Amino acid sequence: MSAPATSLSVKLLLFATYAELAGREQVTLEVPGPATVADVVRFFRASWPGADRVPDRPMAAVNRVHARLDTVVSDGDEIALLPPLAGG
Amino acid sequence: MRYLTRSPIDPGMLTVEAAGPADGGVASFIGLVRDHHAGRGVTRLEYSAYEPMADGEVGRIVREAEARWPVRVALRHRLGSLEIGDIAVAVVAASAHRAPAFEACRYVIEEVKRRVPIWKKEFYADGSIGWVDPTATARGDQSRERPDAAALGQVSE
Repeated sequence: MSAPATSLSVKLLLFATYAELAGREQVTLEVPGPATVADVVRFFRASWPGADRVPDRPMAAVNRVHARLDTVVSDGDEIALLPPLAGG
Repeated sequence: MRYLTRSPIDPGMLTVEAAGPADGGVASFIGLVRDHHAGRGVTRLEYSAYEPMADGEVGRIVREAEARWPVRVALRHRLGSLEIGDIAVAVVAASAHRAPAFEACRYVIEEVKRRVPIWKKEFYADGSIGWVDPTATARGDQSRERPDAAALGQVSE
């Protein structure tokens, strides 16, 4: 028997050029679970005006650590989409 | 924040922070704001960061270097508005002998550039403004997917 579908609440952070493209720096999303980082990106790009200007396969972090797009996210996670890094 | 600062960086203080009485050598890298990028004049720039992650990622890099070489590393990266000639980043590695100091210093600055979520907005002499994208410069076009994303996801402590 499969588990019932659940909804995950995640905080999505946008920085630098991605924040400018989407017109916001932060959004809380209710995403159908289970979900990966890629699912969260897909959900965000489809549900917010201008969000589809953010790339569909960005560099990402989950809870402040670099994460692959196939990383499974949990309720309450902080997911960040990171434009090309330019420190140093 | 231990490694990020909005105040001017003093490399001498970093040397004091890193070096102890057993150390015979210090290697340092100092990154400056230059007045040009890709053939365009630059008048100033602004650094921003995902601050808690950036500070944590620098800490992981420093610990990696200190585990791999017999060194102690000190580092600061500026945030906010910088002028031409300002120190943007300074890395100092102190060791008993010079070889590990040089190697650790090089490792730390390369990993900082590759892994730490910091972004640079350049203000050009012609009045325009742009976010710096080192991956676009390196690959020469925008058509390919960035090669680093998957590899970065595998970075572990």
